[in-house]
Amino acid sequence: MASTEASRSLPKSRRDPEGRALRQDKFSVLLPTYNERENLPLIVWLLVKSFTESVINYEIIIIDDGSPDGTREVAEQLEKIYGSDKILLRPREKKLGLGTAYIHGMKHATGNYIIIMDADLSHHPKFIPEFIRKQKEGNFDIVSGTRYRGNGGVYGWDLKRKIISRGANFITQILLRPGASDLTGSFRLYRKEVLQKLIEKCVSKGYVFQMEMIVRARQLNYTIGEVPISFVDRVYGESKLGGNEIISFLKGLLTLFATT
Amino acid sequence: MTKLAQWLWGLALLGSTWAALTMGPTLGLELPLTCREVLWPLPAYLLVTVGCFALGTVGYRVATFNDCEGAALELQTQIQEARADLARKGLRF
Repeated sequence: MASTEASRSLPKSRRDPEGRALRQDKFSVLLPTYNERENLPLIVWLLVKSFTESVINYEIIIIDDGSPDGTREVAEQLEKIYGSDKILLRPREKKLGLGTAYIHGMKHATGNYIIIMDADLSHHPKFIPEFIRKQKEGNFDIVSGTRYRGNGGVYGWDLKRKIISRGANFITQILLRPGASDLTGSFRLYRKEVLQKLIEKCVSKGYVFQMEMIVRARQLNYTIGEVPISFVDRVYGESKLGGNEIISFLKGLLTLFATT
Repeated sequence: MTKLAQWLWGLALLGSTWAALTMGPTLGLELPLTCREVLWPLPAYLLVTVGCFALGTVGYRVATFNDCEGAALELQTQIQEARADLARKGLRF
C-alpha cells in the first residue's frame, strides 16, 4: 500500500532525483532464521545502523522457522526496541524450505525492492547502500554480491574450502555461462516483482536454489549487476560444507545443465 | 536449446570435422602426411590443454582469493558495540 502511494511522485520532488529515489523506494530485508538467537540482534543492529546512516527507507522481515533456541523471543524484543513498522515478525511453525520462506516473507513486504541475506553475520549490511547505488547506476533487476570479483573475498576458509569453492565456481561458469560470478551466494537485491517471478520458476533447494535463481533470471532476460562483498564465515555456530552438500550441488548443477 | 544441447552440438561439429579430415584418404581427400600426423592425436592434445587451463585458472584463483582479515576485525568490534548498545536499549540476550 505505502509503496504504491509513494511511487506516485509529486512533480516538485523531481528537482532532486537522488533524494526522490531515496524517498520513494522502500527496501524490505527478508531474514529467514533457524537457531540464530545469538546472531539475530547483531544483524538487526547492523542493518538499522547501515540504513539509518544512508537515510534509506526500510523494513526487516524476520521469518523464523520455529527455532527451539528462542530466536522468536529475541525477535519479539527487537520488535519492541525498534518498532513494529521496522521489524516485522512473520514466523512459521516448522522448518520449511528457503524458497517458501521468501514467498512467505514477500506476502508481507511493503517495499518495492527485496534484499535477501543470511542472518548469521556472514553478510555485512554495510554493502547494502552499495547494492542500491549499483542498482540505480544500471537500473538492474537484480544486484548480486560476489565473493569472486574485485575486492570481494572470504574470511575463515581453509585451503580445501577455497579449492572446492573456486573449482565448483569454475565448472559452473563453464557449463552454464550464467552472466554472474557468484552463483551460490545469497546476498542479493531484487525488484520485488522479479523475485516473485523467479521464485515461481525455481524448484531446487539449498545452494542450488540460489544458482537456479540466477540461471532463470538469465533465461527471462533480467539484468544483473554485481557488487564485491567480503564474506566472513559464521562467527557463532557451525558452518556446513560436507560431502552431502557437494553431491547435491553437483546433482543440481547437472540438472540445470540438462534442462536450461 | 539447453546448455547440454549446445555442448553436444559443439562437440559433434568439432568431432565430425576432425573425423572427416583424419579419414580423408578414404573419402578421396588427400592431405599431406605431416598434416595427418599432427591431426591424428589432436583431440588428446586439446584435452590436455583444456585440463591444464582449468587447473591453472582454479589454482590462480585459489591463490589470489582475498582473505578479508580487515572485514573480520571490523565485524568483531562492531559486535562489541552492538551488544553494548542493545543492552542499553534493554535487550536481554
